[in-house]
Amino acid sequence: MLVQILFYAFATVLMGSALGVILSRNPVHSALYLVLAFFTSAALWLLIEAEFLAIVLVLVYVGAVMVLFLFVVMMLDINVEEVRKGFTRHAWLGWLTVFALVAEIVGVVAVKQLGIDVTKAAVPVAADHSNTAELGKVLYTTYVYPFELAAVVLLVAIVAAIVLTMRKRQGLKLQDVGAQVATRREDRVRLVKMQAERRE
Amino acid sequence: MDFAALWNSLPDFAHSGVFIVAVTLVLVVSVAMLTLWERKLIGWVQLRRGPNRVAIFGLLPGIGQPFADVIKLLIKEVLVPAQSSKFLFRIAPAITLVPAFATWAVMPLAPGFSIANVDAGLLYVLALTSVGVYGVILAGWASNSKYAFLGAMRSAAQIVAYEIAMGFALVGVIMASGSLNLGTIVEKQHGAFLAWNWFWLFPLFIVYFISAVAETNRAPFDVAEGESEIVAGFHVEYSGIAFALFFLAEYANMILVSALISVFFLGGWLSPLDGIVAADSALFQIPLLGTLLNNGLHWLVAKTFFFLCVIIWLRATFPRYRYDQIMRLGWKVLIPVTIIWIAVEGLMVYFKIGPWSA
Repeated sequence: MLVQILFYAFATVLMGSALGVILSRNPVHSALYLVLAFFTSAALWLLIEAEFLAIVLVLVYVGAVMVLFLFVVMMLDINVEEVRKGFTRHAWLGWLTVFALVAEIVGVVAVKQLGIDVTKAAVPVAADHSNTAELGKVLYTTYVYPFELAAVVLLVAIVAAIVLTMRKRQGLKLQDVGAQVATRREDRVRLVKMQAERRE
Repeated sequence: MDFAALWNSLPDFAHSGVFIVAVTLVLVVSVAMLTLWERKLIGWVQLRRGPNRVAIFGLLPGIGQPFADVIKLLIKEVLVPAQSSKFLFRIAPAITLVPAFATWAVMPLAPGFSIANVDAGLLYVLALTSVGVYGVILAGWASNSKYAFLGAMRSAAQIVAYEIAMGFALVGVIMASGSLNLGTIVEKQHGAFLAWNWFWLFPLFIVYFISAVAETNRAPFDVAEGESEIVAGFHVEYSGIAFALFFLAEYANMILVSALISVFFLGGWLSPLDGIVAADSALFQIPLLGTLLNNGLHWLVAKTFFFLCVIIWLRATFPRYRYDQIMRLGWKVLIPVTIIWIAVEGLMVYFKIGPWSA
């Protein structure tokens, strides 16, 4: 009972924030609604006892991805009017997506109603069952090659992103910490002996 | 009336509620006392006296200073800039404060006790600390002031950079203890001073400590509020109790990271005698002394206090880092160090060297 109340409460907030993402006029507000949406979905995942996924969603998407996202959105001076001009022109694409999504959801639910159970019901587990440990075991034994492959793909993407955006500007004065540390007194100071002079 | 029976008859949520209120109250009072201790300690380091005017009942000059400060800040008006984003401006201090308190839920306070015994506790800690940065970013953006905005941008970049080093340092801790549960992490460090994680994970310990100081925006990493360049950084437009909340959050975070370092690397509530003296030895049976020498909350408090003093000492000693130097230290020094040491630790675990020989 309590779980159901919580589910509908979180689901309402999630729907509200998802609408907020596309309806707010200010891009920063949109990004913040997206943060709220991620956070509420994490709460929903906690309700089905997927605590690892829930916490990682908050850690990765809320804690890192959205911070950088906000960072960029705040820096850009987006003209909302300009962006909204294409709204009616591309509206058919949006409607198409909506119909496809609704059809898929109805399809899944309707198939269940007909008594054909394609998705098996989750097996309840003991209270001391650790979702995190189980995931770790599967990830590093059965699926170790796909997992490592995904890691390599990510690494390639990171290297590519750096290579594409890196450009060396001419005449840029950069600090070379190694050279600074290696500096000796003789390189910087020269003591000159000279006779004391008397002022005439 | 039997107090123990009454306590046991209460439902679980009432127990948790009592502990939550107790921990929160203790934290708030500790924050107040910590501000005074910081000013006193820095005073002594710099050959001054520190606050020594406001006394309580004519005793202990200076002890009333935090209370005087709180009353002053409460009475002051909270100004909201006209062009600001009002709702975000008001909610930002709360967003900074909440994670600093919420993280205490999974903190192992005493042998076998934490408010919530979460299996993925360490991930929970990482997730919550990363949420705290939103308060700073929102405060900077909602103020609609260029100084506040610059402070927020600096803070965001800095926290994202140091979070990576922090996470990698914690990977080493997870490898050492084989668990994400903070209570288990402490128990695995069982066995005297040198069995604590700091010895075998020394580079990670140092990296974690530096990143923790950077994450709390404390000197020498406090460019987010660098007074000499951007007035007061992200909280430049805040006044009165709204400012006090940021202040409270900063000190609550200091206490939190100090406690976390103690748990991850210095054995939390473990006593230095643990493992040297047998648990059923006669030494622990001596009335008061035995309890003091045995494992318990007081060791966690002592270790936390030690790290708090070191953080304050750092502030009193070092000049502020330049922004590009902070970025260089985070990305080019700390992260490589952690990656190398994780590899070394992996080899040690594989070849069963040191604490992993058993």
